[in-house]
Order: sequence, then C-alpha cells, then structure tokens
Amino acid sequence: MSTLTSGARMLLECLAREGVDCIFGYPGGVTLPFYDVLYEHQIRHVLVRHEENAAFAAEGYARATGKVGVCCATSGPGATNLTTGLVNALMDSIPIVAITGQVTSKLIGSDAFQEADTFGITRPGTKHNYLVKRLEDLAQTIHEAFYVAASGRPGPVLVDITKDVLQAQGHYQPVTAVHLPGYKVFTEGHTGQIRRAAQLIQEAHRPLVYAGGGVVAANASRELRETVELADTPAVVTLMGLGALPAEHPNFISMPGMHGSYAANLALTNCDVLIALGVRFDDRVTGRLAAFAPHAKVVHVDIDPAEIGKNRAPDVPIVGDLKRVLPKLNRLLADLQNAEVKTPDTEKRSAARRAWWRQVREWKLEHPLQVVTSDSEIKPQHLMGEIDRISGGQAIVTSDVGQHQMWAAQLIRFSEPRLWINSGGLGSMGFGIPSAIGAQFARPDKLVFAVVGDGGFQMSIPELSTIVNQGLPIKIVIMNNGYLGMVRQWQTLFFNNRLSSVEIEGFPDAEKLAAAYGFKGRTIDKPWELRPALEEAVREPGPYLLNVKVTQMENVYPMVPAGAAINEMVLGPPEPVAVPVK
Amino acid sequence: MLQVISLVLENKPGALMRVTGLLSQRGYNIESLTVARTLDPELSRMTIAVDVDAVQRQQVIKQMNKLINVLQASDLTEAPSVVRELVLVRIRTPQEARTAVLKEAEIFGARVVDSSTEGFVIETTGDPEKLGEFIDVMGSYGEIDVTRSGALAIALEAKKLRLQPPVPTKELITESRP
Repeated sequence: MSTLTSGARMLLECLAREGVDCIFGYPGGVTLPFYDVLYEHQIRHVLVRHEENAAFAAEGYARATGKVGVCCATSGPGATNLTTGLVNALMDSIPIVAITGQVTSKLIGSDAFQEADTFGITRPGTKHNYLVKRLEDLAQTIHEAFYVAASGRPGPVLVDITKDVLQAQGHYQPVTAVHLPGYKVFTEGHTGQIRRAAQLIQEAHRPLVYAGGGVVAANASRELRETVELADTPAVVTLMGLGALPAEHPNFISMPGMHGSYAANLALTNCDVLIALGVRFDDRVTGRLAAFAPHAKVVHVDIDPAEIGKNRAPDVPIVGDLKRVLPKLNRLLADLQNAEVKTPDTEKRSAARRAWWRQVREWKLEHPLQVVTSDSEIKPQHLMGEIDRISGGQAIVTSDVGQHQMWAAQLIRFSEPRLWINSGGLGSMGFGIPSAIGAQFARPDKLVFAVVGDGGFQMSIPELSTIVNQGLPIKIVIMNNGYLGMVRQWQTLFFNNRLSSVEIEGFPDAEKLAAAYGFKGRTIDKPWELRPALEEAVREPGPYLLNVKVTQMENVYPMVPAGAAINEMVLGPPEPVAVPVK
Repeated sequence: MLQVISLVLENKPGALMRVTGLLSQRGYNIESLTVARTLDPELSRMTIAVDVDAVQRQQVIKQMNKLINVLQASDLTEAPSVVRELVLVRIRTPQEARTAVLKEAEIFGARVVDSSTEGFVIETTGDPEKLGEFIDVMGSYGEIDVTRSGALAIALEAKKLRLQPPVPTKELITESRP
C-alpha cells in the first residue's frame, strides 16, 4: 500500500497476514482506534465479559489447534486483568499473543487515567514482551511477537501499543523477515546423542517412555507412537500430554504422579531406562526427586535447553524438536533391531523385557483406575465414566482445576491430542469455561464439554453470556460436591479435617441460572439420571448447563502426599482400626 | 561460591530489567552487577557476580540464554579471564596517622584523589580479593566509607558472537479486505 494508513490499520494487516481469524477481547479508551478498524472486518472479535477470560479463551483456541491464540485488552485494568492468563500460558507453554493498548507516549509515567506499567508487570509473566511507542516499529514487532510465541518452546508474548501509535499515519511496508539475533531455536538434535539414546533403549531391560505436553506442542503424536511400538516399551503420559498416545493403545499405562495410577508410579520407580520426551520433571509427577526413577538411566529430549538438567541430570541429553528428533531415533532403533544377532545377552534381555511387561500388567490389575458407582448417589468417578462413554475418545473436554480435573484426567479417554484442555502448571481456577469458548471457536465441528467444579464454575459465570451471545453449543458439566474439593481433601488428610472456608454455600439454581441467560439447565443427583441427562445435553442444539450433585466427601486416590516419593502412594481411605463390639 | 557471568545483550529498553528480574525470579543472589556499552553502540556488556553453588551454575547460564535480548552468556568463573574492580575509600584520619595512610596507599598502588584536614579520598583498582585487603588495611587507620564498583571481567580468549540470521515471515495468505 503506498497510501497513508493508520497504525491501527497496519496492526490489523499484520494480524491478517499471520492468519489470525479471531480475537478474544474487551475494548476500552485507548484501543478505540483499533476497534474502529476491526468493525465489520473479516477477523472476528469475540467480546468476553472479563479480560482474564479473553486470555483463557485464546489459550483454549491455541491448545485445540496449535495456532497462536490472540487476545486484546485496553490499558490499565484491562491489561492487568490478563496477567493470570499470561502466566498460565507461560507455565503450560501455550502460544498466545496479547495486544494491549497503552496511554499516549507523552503521558507514560504521569499516572494518567487507566495507565499501568503493563510492560513491567507482564515481563516475568511472558516469554517476551514489547512496548511500541513509534509507528515505524509496529509491523516488525507484531511479526516478531508471533514468531517468538509460536517457535521453540511456545509461550505468551505481549505487545503494548500506545494510543498515538494506533492513531498515527504512515506508509505501510510489509515485513519480509524477523530479526532476532539473540533468539536461537534448537530443532535438529545432536546425531551422536540420538545414536547413544537408541543404543541405550535397545539394550534396556525395563524401558519406560515418559511423555508430556511437549509431544502435543511438537505435533509429534504419530512419531511418539512409532517410538513406543518400535522400542516395545510401556508408556506413561502426563496431565499435559494426555491424548498424545491414544488411551486405548496397549502400551499406554496412564497418567503418573501425585494422582497418577499405581502402575504408572511403580513403573517409573522400577524402570532402568527412562525415555523422557517433551516433559519437565515437574514436582507433581516426580514426588521426592531423590527417589524418582532411582535405578534409571535417563534420556531427555526437549526443545528448551534450560529444562535439561534442571531437575534431573540426564545420561543422554538431546536438545531438539521432537518432530525432528523422533524420526531419527526411530530409524536408528529399527536399524539396531534389524542388525541384531541372537546372543546369550540378547536372550537375557528379551527374557527381562517379557518379565517387565508381565510386571507392568500385574501392577495395572492390582490397583486399576476405575469407575466407582453407587445405587443411591452419583459418585464423581461415575460422572467421569459416563462422560468418557458419551465422548468415545472423540470429544474436546476442557477442565477447571481441582478434584474433578484429576478424576477427568484419570477416567476420560482421549484418542488423539488436542482434545484434553486444562490448566496444569499454574492450576488456575476459572479456566474451564473460557477455554471451552476458545476451543469451540477453533473446532466448530467438535462436541465440547466444559467439566468444572462448583468452585471454578462460579469464577466464570459471566461468560455464560458470551456462550449464548456467540451461539456456542458448549455442554457445561458441573461436578458439584458443595466444597472446594481438592482443598477440602488436603484439610481432611493433613489438617485434622479442619475444613476452613471450603464449604461452598449459596450455589445458584442451575435451571434458573441457565434460563436467566436464555438456555437450558438442569440439576440431577441420582445415578440413574446421569446417562439420560448427558444424552439430553448432547442432543440439545445449543449450550447446556448440567449441575451434577455428587458424593460430598470423596477423596481422589491414589495420592502421593507432598514430599513423599511416588511409590509411597495412599491408595484408598484408611481402614478403621477398631471394629465396634456387637 | 561466586559465579562471574559475562553477558552481551542488545541495548534495548528493559533489557537490564529482564536480566535482574530473571535472576531474582529464579532465586539467585546478585552480589554485584556492572553494565556499559561495547564498541557496538547497539550492544551492552554486563558483568554479574552471582552467589550460587557449582550445581546451579550451568542452569544460570542456560536461563540467561533463554532471554531474547541476550546474545551471549559466558561463565567466567573458571575460564581464563581478568577480573577487576574499582574502589573509592574516604578515610577520616587523625593528624598523626596521615603519613602512614599515604605509605599504605603507595604499597597498594592506590591514588589519593582528594585531600583535606579531615582525611583523604583514595582510589584503587585491582582484583576483588586484593581490594578487600586494601579496605581492611585502610579501616585500621580510621573511619572509612567505601564505594565499590562491582567486578568487571574480560575473557582472555575471544569468543565469537554467534548471531541468529533473520527469519523470513510467512507468505501472505489472503489480502485483508478493508
């Protein structure tokens, strides 16, 4: 374009070139110039009811597609309201770009109306951030922001733009390249290290794959499957990676860690080669680090060099993109297998492998994760089992944070990645419903369940308006136990059952609440109502609010207490020590 | 144990804050920090002395490298390098001790930059350990006030700055309609 154009229009042009099709946001004083050019533009703007939910929605969108999610807020309180969402994206490595307005450059530092030091406040909460005070920097910055957000280890990038830049006139020059001399993205992986890894895996007696969110970010689900099958090893998949390996795959054990299964945690404790792919040895998975995989040699593949050796020093570190590294590893594994000749050593190894598989299967049978039912009340596990059944591994399930999240992760199966969307690293309550909004926009073809607790639900009630406004057929399922369940569980187990401020009283009537917003809602509390109610919700062409009253004092098991090793699980409620005399 | 890190970073707004913020966020204690422009006005060199144990040292360098504005992060703790610091000492001395103080200054190769009836201001540079000794000695002669600059370091072997090449942006998908 050789004509003079405004900064706001240039911003829009850059977003269009980046392939953005929707922005979740909330307008304000300093972003008016941008909203003016956005009016009736092909890029859709989705008005949320709180900026925090704009960030969460952008994350849901990014998680569901792999594309960069975009959110927009005004200066001051608009920008500060994005903070939780940004830190959430940083912790879970989700690519989003947040565009915020800022007061006119001349006014910066004068405590102007709705001024906040957005750049300073969001610096530790983002992968990178920018403050644009000159029109000539705008286009370059936007393209840089998208590149940084999407490349390497993905993350949130914030671009703060002053009002005068949005209003200024200039000549738009399309940006052809991004200049980041200090930003190195590692993709290939060291050939020698990959060879060492293949050798180690081949010779292992008790190998185990430990895969996570990095596999989803790399879109390397198919490659992971090949690795698991070629190496013939069992696999555990973390909370952030569920679906990376289809739940029905014979090698899939389950989620490991604090609320992972018995089999997964024992497999981790007893393996001799741990193949860590796209994971960060998070404390919820490892328990006490000194006791984590104590007998294992560790192969660690990750795109972020700082994660390697952060919590556990690996024997074979590989810095690279799983999408590039796994095919090389798989080729080497196949070569090693084809070239192998039978020797007494390889025979011993084969026997050890068979014994390992037998052991893993025994562990799975000893304490399986199972759906528990009752005749008189709805067990939370039963609820998740029914959602699993109706989903058939195909539905998108977003979750809030708490006990329901753990039961959903344990009992709902996913046949592919990008179906399970939750807040793992930060554990932000209020994530479930707005992320479902983002996910439904991203995948209009999909059935979307937002599984939330009665606590988290009440943090996002305003977005029911957005759901109706935008015609999103999201099925909201509230696992209602009347408490902040997970906090209550910890108080029961570790604070002598002193239930301080965890009872959630005054929960609204779901049918009336939904009707107030103009859609269908229902409350159930009997186990025989569960399946028909879920089916009714799915049949309903629009959104649905299903409030499911479940057992009030149920605890999530297994549980690894804080500070314990993962093989020191509590498997169930304590048995009574004394039996009353008749 | 003090780790001496030398960083080359882009001279962009907020770059300094990113480095100090990251160190504080990760829980590393900053002992001293100096920063100034290099021959290239677009780049600054920063020398930081951080109090971390040997195990954490590699992590610190890796975290520094993650910062987009950081072009190079070197651990100079054990590498062949020269480490220097500047100190200014203001000393109040009684009349009798004045000559002795001047003699000590001479021994340490320090310079008197101000002299008055109250005392002196003495300046010296050297490796941080020698400076510590100098300060102790001065302290024994009278009341002192000390300003240290923080350690500066330069590696003996030049390390080539590896800069990432420009990355082409995506091809235009569709022209956006106004």
